[in-house]
Amino acid sequence: MAQLTRKDLTGFLARQGILVAFALFMIGFALANQRFLDVDNVFGVIRSSAILGIMALGVTFVVIGGNLDLSVGSMMSFSTIVVLDLHDKLGPTLAIPAMFALTMGLGAFIGFLVGYLKLNSLIVTLGMLSAIHGLTLTWSGGKNMDIADKEGTWFSVFGQGSVAGIPVPILMFAGLAVVLSLLLTKTPFGRKVYAVGGNGTAATFSGVPRARVVFQTYLISSFCVAMAGLMQASRSLGSQNTVGQGMELEVLAAVILGGASLLGGSGTIFKTVIGVLILGFIQNGLLLVGLEFYVQYVVTWVIIILAVWLDIAAKRGRLWSPIA
Amino acid sequence: MTDQTPALRLEGIVKTFPGVRALDDVSFAVLPGEVHALMGENGAGKSTLMKVLGGIHQPDTGQIFIAEQPTVMTSPLQAKAQGVVFIHQELSLADELSVAENIFLGELPRKSLGRVDWQALYDTTDAILKTLNVGFDARTRVGDLSIANQQMVEIARALTVDPRAVIFDEPTASLTDAEKVVLFDVIADLKGRGVGIIYISHRMEEIFKITDRISVLRDGQYRGTLETAQTDEDEVTQLMIGRSLDLSRNASHHEMGDVAIEVRDLSCGKLYQDVSFSVRRGEVVGFYGLVGAGRTEIAETIFGLRNPSAGSILLDGQEVRINSPVEAIRHGISLVPEDRKGQGLVLSMNCRDNMTLPQVDDLTAGPFVSDGAEVAIFDQYRDKLDIRTPGWRQLVGNLSGGNQQKIVIGKWLSMHPSVLIVDEPTRGIDVGSKSEIHNLIRGLAAQGYAVIVISSEMPEVLHVSDRIVAMYHGRVMREFTSEEVSEDSLIQAISGIESDQVA
Repeated sequence: MAQLTRKDLTGFLARQGILVAFALFMIGFALANQRFLDVDNVFGVIRSSAILGIMALGVTFVVIGGNLDLSVGSMMSFSTIVVLDLHDKLGPTLAIPAMFALTMGLGAFIGFLVGYLKLNSLIVTLGMLSAIHGLTLTWSGGKNMDIADKEGTWFSVFGQGSVAGIPVPILMFAGLAVVLSLLLTKTPFGRKVYAVGGNGTAATFSGVPRARVVFQTYLISSFCVAMAGLMQASRSLGSQNTVGQGMELEVLAAVILGGASLLGGSGTIFKTVIGVLILGFIQNGLLLVGLEFYVQYVVTWVIIILAVWLDIAAKRGRLWSPIA
Repeated sequence: MTDQTPALRLEGIVKTFPGVRALDDVSFAVLPGEVHALMGENGAGKSTLMKVLGGIHQPDTGQIFIAEQPTVMTSPLQAKAQGVVFIHQELSLADELSVAENIFLGELPRKSLGRVDWQALYDTTDAILKTLNVGFDARTRVGDLSIANQQMVEIARALTVDPRAVIFDEPTASLTDAEKVVLFDVIADLKGRGVGIIYISHRMEEIFKITDRISVLRDGQYRGTLETAQTDEDEVTQLMIGRSLDLSRNASHHEMGDVAIEVRDLSCGKLYQDVSFSVRRGEVVGFYGLVGAGRTEIAETIFGLRNPSAGSILLDGQEVRINSPVEAIRHGISLVPEDRKGQGLVLSMNCRDNMTLPQVDDLTAGPFVSDGAEVAIFDQYRDKLDIRTPGWRQLVGNLSGGNQQKIVIGKWLSMHPSVLIVDEPTRGIDVGSKSEIHNLIRGLAAQGYAVIVISSEMPEVLHVSDRIVAMYHGRVMREFTSEEVSEDSLIQAISGIESDQVA
């Protein structure tokens, strides 16, 4: 049997640091609370992470392509409100495609600004965060949106249904993760996303249409947001205007926790899923340990920053370095 | 010039980088009141020497003396405190600040409570500007000045200390003839004050006009110092290029095919004007000139990265408009860019993915990229170009410069282009790989490719080209066949000297 040297170990930690951190969190929480690893609880966490998770899948494309998307939270509020409102006006069969079209229209607009006009994505999506929030409030007149007949609609299936005992949100999250993972790693398009994010100039010099690729990453991101909005609306059949508020940062945290570089060019769907689960299990674990809800915000973010630091430290092979 | 203590003296400077001996025992001295030219080809070690002088690099061995006092340079700021000041080719001024603020940046005169003493600042600055005879004052916003005047601000900045030595690095690169006259006046004035001046330039004409002595570097070695009054351009050129070079001309012996690409009166704003040339299948045409002569910009235009302002491009006799690299590639044009890491490669991707990037859309089985097709292409060009890598999964950033360049070349050869443009194919590549790449380029011509090679290295251009286009300041000065070209005439052509003795 091969000798396990210290170098092998650091190498392993550097590559799989985030998985190790994940395992440590799980063990820690499991020791602290018996219920943590119950099947019910685990399913519950994954299910409640699914909405965030699906948004993170889309943002993964944007980040690998070298950009940011801070608009996803308020865009998710928009799609939720819109689909609920149209549900009663057009019926669910028309409401769903209409909502997808509107949401992806917003994504296309952002993609146009960032891709073709080459505006800074931080500024554009920060502005859109605000603008879309205003759009949502205008649409709803500032009121909560509810479906009139909550009992009699099949619309609830996306958020509340289950197939063979597995909740639909989990199936949708898993299914989308598989499809998008294939798209990212196996298709020419995915290759171009990595190239554009890794070195946009070299990609251009290789005949990769950089603007179009960036545009498409935002289209994917908005598609995922529409999916998330559909699930959110279907789960509660009613919603406030602010349902997605603040989620853009959690989504970004999950993507970065998964190890995608904010500079672009690296990251995978699998890693993002791990990032999403870590985030979900941390929050759940803290709840089970009995931490007060408000304190959870603080502790969650401390843990995220610690995890990211450990990840970087493992890559560097030391905890601190004068150069990045 | 009298025999005095040198203002600045370098002795036995050696500087090595991994794999390169950038400076090999360089010694020379600048006297007070002397304009001393430092010449050498690109890559001869001038920049490295200046970085050693400015304290950016520490020499491995050797010593710097200022007024015969041994001195260790640790930073440009410290060098300035020692009286050694640099006027860089690239200006480093803050556009939004006034002339005075730029000149005294970081050392603004103060009053009590840390307030800036504006009156003193403007008065001191105006006093300095007066000695330079410039037409602007201390309060002018730097962004409103012409490039030449901005350079004057840099010079004024140098004069805030009492300089012993001032180094001008290609100062006339972006100046008009009228502006040059002003600059030369200032240099004459500095000279009159007993300042030692190092003047780095490729332009023979200027060198012979304003310098007293000329020191030459070649391949990191000091090759001697000539009295300007007692030498001529030929002697300097010989010293720069050396006799040791294998200048075997490689005119092709195979039959040339039809004209693959023809460029007629192509212009792109101020970058280049009225450029015409053609390349036949089986022919290598070299573009030689100084950095900034417009060669790269022409290549980028042909590759669809720039829009020409006038003129036309013909492929196989048909006029084409090329608006993007995607279109250029469709027309069978390939470009190996000059900046390998910045433009040629995605360092975070593996060797195979880099090589197949331009054609990844065509290497599919169903919706997915075909692993087999990709690996087949990679294997083919790895063998053909002798790329040394542990495997295609290796990140391209981990390869040596030569192997990285071969990945880029392989990327474009696998596209089977009809016109291949190679910009600075051997920049930063070790000697062994260099000749491999030269042979490769010759071999491609023999196979019937039309090849354009852009290079700033004369031996390279002479070695690989069937014809050479010499450029100066955005214009084609002359075209040489490989039989008629001489180093002297080539160097004269790219230095802007009109040649009257046409063979």
